[in-house]
Amino acid sequence: MSGRSFIRVLVAKPGLDGHDRGAKIVARALRDAGMEVIYTGLRQTPEQIVEAALQEDVDVVALSCLSGAHNYSFPRVVELLRQQGGADILVLGGGVIPEEDIPALKQSGVKEIFTPGTTIQAIVEFIRAHAIQR
Amino acid sequence: MLYKDDLVQSFLRGDMRALARAVSMVEAGDIQAEQFLAAVAREGKRARLIGITGPPGAGKSTLTAKLAESLLDRGERVALLLTDPSSPFTGGAILGDRIRMHAIAGRSGLYIRSLGSRGSLGGLSRAVPPIVQLLENFGFDAIILETVGTGQAETDVVETVDSVVVVTVPGLGDDVQAMKAGIIEIADVFVVNKADREGAERTARQLEEALKLGPKAVPVLATIATTGVGIAAVVSSLDAHYQTMLADGELAKRRDRRLRKALHAYAASIVSVRLAEWVEEQLTGHWADIDSGRIDIYTCGRRLAEKFQKRGVTSNVRED
Repeated sequence: MSGRSFIRVLVAKPGLDGHDRGAKIVARALRDAGMEVIYTGLRQTPEQIVEAALQEDVDVVALSCLSGAHNYSFPRVVELLRQQGGADILVLGGGVIPEEDIPALKQSGVKEIFTPGTTIQAIVEFIRAHAIQR
Repeated sequence: MLYKDDLVQSFLRGDMRALARAVSMVEAGDIQAEQFLAAVAREGKRARLIGITGPPGAGKSTLTAKLAESLLDRGERVALLLTDPSSPFTGGAILGDRIRMHAIAGRSGLYIRSLGSRGSLGGLSRAVPPIVQLLENFGFDAIILETVGTGQAETDVVETVDSVVVVTVPGLGDDVQAMKAGIIEIADVFVVNKADREGAERTARQLEEALKLGPKAVPVLATIATTGVGIAAVVSSLDAHYQTMLADGELAKRRDRRLRKALHAYAASIVSVRLAEWVEEQLTGHWADIDSGRIDIYTCGRRLAEKFQKRGVTSNVRED
């Protein structure tokens, strides 16, 4: 048993929109940055996302939402993680998120929000700098 | 954060979060992993291990989900280990098998874990044997291992499980493909998935013909995993295979072989790390002779190995 440890990231789509092009591009970029990316597909509830995150023992949960449900689903994921012993998992959000929603999302515990126009490199660097490798 | 002693206690209490942390520890080859495995070891009931292998896109994950559902429905506790390939360049991986698990996600008694192959070429992560031990100690009744999409020769799974299901689909090759050595030989149950596609019957017939000449009776079953057609027959074939192995002693034989192989591999990995370090030390100052071709690497390798063995004996005596 010897090896190196990898940053593990769950890329998840809460809410009911069917657009996962962005999520897939991020997943692919994180893969190319040497991370293990678990992609769980569309239309996941916060409960399903948190269960997957804990079973997979990820370091990061990256949420993508384009339906406008981010004000509910992102904080709910953070809350459930805290309740179930996953408070040290880094939670990030992405998608079409209005500027004015960002402060409240960060207040709720989402560490960073990446809106359209963000470079892939910025996301990779943020994860490398902030993920707590356990 | 859960520290090691707490982790052992939580694990023994049946906390799945503790199990997930322990799997990561074992997978990373953490120095504490060995102690942890010892701390949670227990005698008694072993899990039934089922391997699912076959080419990419054949429907392994969908079939895995359906099998797991059948076992959960009859009250078994089930763990799934899903391996997907890691990049040989960056080590990164997309682990996407979980997408097929939506219908069973959230059920109690179920644990799902995705693994990157991390450089292993045999179809499963190298960490699978110690992870299986963790899952057995945690109390699962059945563990289903899904390999990466395989071609012809990735046969590690046969030495890791009790029963192997090989999944194929219509239209991948002619009857000569079905005669080749390798993955075809390791099946205990053969599944032709996507059986609603053209050529399914022909594929099944060719496989049956090829398998008839082999040493054991292997059922060839048609399924449409997305809709559940044929899954009940796969479950009963697996049950029958398990009962037969239990009765004729094959199960015990396979388990012995599995444990021996894992034990040898672990012992060898410890020696090989030490040997590599020692060889590097010995080579200091002599590399130019090898680089120029004055000393060939095979003569040099044998001399060093013999010297290392002698050194090993004396250093062991000193340690005692």
